[in-house]
Amino acid sequence: MADKIVLEIARYAPEKDEKPSFQSFEVPFRKEWVVLDALNHIKDKMDGSLTYRWSCRMGVCGSCGMMVNGEPKLTCATFLSSYGNGAKVRVEPLRYFPVIRDLVTALSDFLVKLQSVKPWLIRHDDVPLSAGEYLQTPEQLDLYKQFSMCINCTLCYAACPVVGLEPTFVGPAALALAQRYNMDNRDQGAEERLGLLAHPEGIWGCTFVGECTRVCPKHVDPAGAIQQYKLKAALEWVKGFILPRGHEDAGKEVRP
Amino acid sequence: MEIRSHDILLVGGGGAGLRAAIAAAEINPKLSIAVVSKVYPMRSHTVSAEGGAAGVAKPDDSLDEHAYDTISGGDWMCDQDAVEAFVKEAPQELLRLERWGCPWNREPDGHVAVRAFGGMKKKRTWFAADKTGFHMLHTLFQTSMKYQPIIRYDEWFVTKLLVDDGRVQGVVAIDVMSGKIQAITAKAVIVCTGGCGRIFPFTTNANIKNGDGMALVQRAGGPLKDMEFLQYHPTGLPFTGILITEAARAEGGYMLNKDGYRYLQDYNLGKPQPTPVLRSMELGPRDRLSQAFVKEDQKGRTIQTEYGSVVHLDLRHLGEKLINAKLPFVRELCMKYENIDPVKQMIPVRPVVHYMMGGVSTDISGATPLRGLFAAGEAACVSINGANRLGSNSLTECLVFGARAGRAAAEFASGEKVPNAGVLAQATDEQHRLVHQYLQKSGGKERIATLREEMQKAVESGAGIYREQSTLTQAKNKLHELQERYINIKLDDHSQTFNTELTSALELGFMLDVAQSIVECALHRAESRGAHQRTDFPERDDQRFLAHSLVRRNSDGDMQVEYLPVKITRWPPGERVYGQEEKPVGVTKQAG
Repeated sequence: MADKIVLEIARYAPEKDEKPSFQSFEVPFRKEWVVLDALNHIKDKMDGSLTYRWSCRMGVCGSCGMMVNGEPKLTCATFLSSYGNGAKVRVEPLRYFPVIRDLVTALSDFLVKLQSVKPWLIRHDDVPLSAGEYLQTPEQLDLYKQFSMCINCTLCYAACPVVGLEPTFVGPAALALAQRYNMDNRDQGAEERLGLLAHPEGIWGCTFVGECTRVCPKHVDPAGAIQQYKLKAALEWVKGFILPRGHEDAGKEVRP
Repeated sequence: MEIRSHDILLVGGGGAGLRAAIAAAEINPKLSIAVVSKVYPMRSHTVSAEGGAAGVAKPDDSLDEHAYDTISGGDWMCDQDAVEAFVKEAPQELLRLERWGCPWNREPDGHVAVRAFGGMKKKRTWFAADKTGFHMLHTLFQTSMKYQPIIRYDEWFVTKLLVDDGRVQGVVAIDVMSGKIQAITAKAVIVCTGGCGRIFPFTTNANIKNGDGMALVQRAGGPLKDMEFLQYHPTGLPFTGILITEAARAEGGYMLNKDGYRYLQDYNLGKPQPTPVLRSMELGPRDRLSQAFVKEDQKGRTIQTEYGSVVHLDLRHLGEKLINAKLPFVRELCMKYENIDPVKQMIPVRPVVHYMMGGVSTDISGATPLRGLFAAGEAACVSINGANRLGSNSLTECLVFGARAGRAAAEFASGEKVPNAGVLAQATDEQHRLVHQYLQKSGGKERIATLREEMQKAVESGAGIYREQSTLTQAKNKLHELQERYINIKLDDHSQTFNTELTSALELGFMLDVAQSIVECALHRAESRGAHQRTDFPERDDQRFLAHSLVRRNSDGDMQVEYLPVKITRWPPGERVYGQEEKPVGVTKQAG
């Protein structure tokens, strides 16, 4: 077969289908095309009802995550050429999420989890704007920078076996985001977040499989963030025995 | 039909929309504020902005210098009262974002760092590596979550503004997930839907940038301003149109033609120096650099590829360390999408449609001529960008004028009555229109993608970097034909659930309207200024055209263009000078 590739796409329309099925489309094989380009070709030229999300096509908006041959991928950053001319490629919605239609998953639960970690700078003081910026050295910035790169694509949820078993698990991206603020020297909310997250559906839910870090297209390393977080939580717990009276100030000390 | 009501309704949840929502919530926590966005807010196109956000930060700089760079960069089409407000509020808005956690790059001593940018005489661009828009958007989105009055309508697609008694009183929107069509009323509406780059075939803009808000406002009777001023960014990757940030040149990148020659020296942009010189050569303004590319191409000195002519952006001499520290996203994008490592190889680039200087006409508080309607960000034209926007002014514009619009809308909504019953009849009509013209439509033969491609070709060849009467007239005729064919579109998808073919069809309708406005304004402006270059009228003509275009359309789709004087405060129109010493600036009084 010359310069063709077959996409086997999961189709599901809740108004008429009881369960998802696969439909095959033969599309041109072009070296510069990503999987998303092939989906757009199908939607534009072959079947306008094919349903998926996309926007930036440069790997930063986080909309177009799907399972490609069983792996969570950003389809705008996954080239057809990595599967080879004439290949069959399976495209499915991200695993462990409810499917709304075809390749579109429900994100509302993820947004609730994101919000639950209080992902904003928490301060107990009230410094007027006229006092200028909070100081932060490049070294202090580097401590949390990696965890601030998450694009909320949710590939890590589709890779995480704990998410599959325990849907209430807060999950990798949200926990990494919590740690992003905890590690920021301008933030004073680490203690508050620890109270929210030191439970079996929070950081202790993670069994350190590490798949989240492996699939992350932005090298955020959620697994590393969660391990860091667990260590701090454990130290706090121990400190609670050794220094019971100092415990109220613990939040200030969990930050390096 | 189900009706929901709020005090303030934002259409769009990107940088400007979220900033406006937070400003409104802070001014009056009792207000109910709805953010209605066709995508989850963190998907908004602000996320793709790379280089930075301008605001005076260091002792060697001044507000007047930022204002002058902006005004001369805009070829004197900026409203100077708006620019003065902008440069004054810019630093505090950027600082506020710092207080909300934005990870701005820092100096070794912990203070915020700034970088050079095109057309700017001083270093004043705040940056978060080369993912500034991404960090700003996520900071705003995450911060917005702590404000109780902000209620989100994620993935709701607005199809109409409800106007009664001369006042905008809400919208009709489709809940994309369920397909339900609903009216959402509000005492004040703020349009923050961003730009319209997708009208063109080769653009940095995301798929969602279809000029929705511009078309919605124009259909509601509001004017669009300065729509002929469309920015081509000089450095896009061929085929994908992915942006290579101006910061790559600000850090010292060279633009080279096929002979390895820094060709910008031939276009009145200064003499080449080994290291970057502000307002010179590669740090000239975007309009001039994109125009230089066309001239260089005409001389046969570009490189021919299967995706059109290119020149080279050379970063190799900057070294791996600097590239990784300041331009990591440039490297990531080049390696991913071009299989090129800029540490070792030159980057092929060509001009790419990037930004709409024009938009919904507003005053300096974000208010439009329609009562109860406000606009901010790229969707709006205040105007601070004039005939050519300077890089890194637009992210700051989202903050300054987003906040201003949010405050003005909050004030307006606090004193306003609840919406009239009259708008509900309109909402029902709109629901019928959507059902009959789209959802239950049978027959039809025009594919959305075909019409879209023909539109894109028509505007690119008719209203590109250089335009003239004949090419614009051709584009105008073609767009008229496409509007007629649009009535006969064919839809494969008639389902309620997440119908993206329906939203694509509605977006195409918006784009066709906006494309007509662009072409109409470009036809009327018989001069060359900034990004609007007419080969048949190559000179700037201040006598006739030191004025903003205002374009309206009536219910038949006919358009009228009229002119509004440009507001000049302290900087009388002068010559744009780059790459050499300027004559003293005609500043009459020192401000702030």
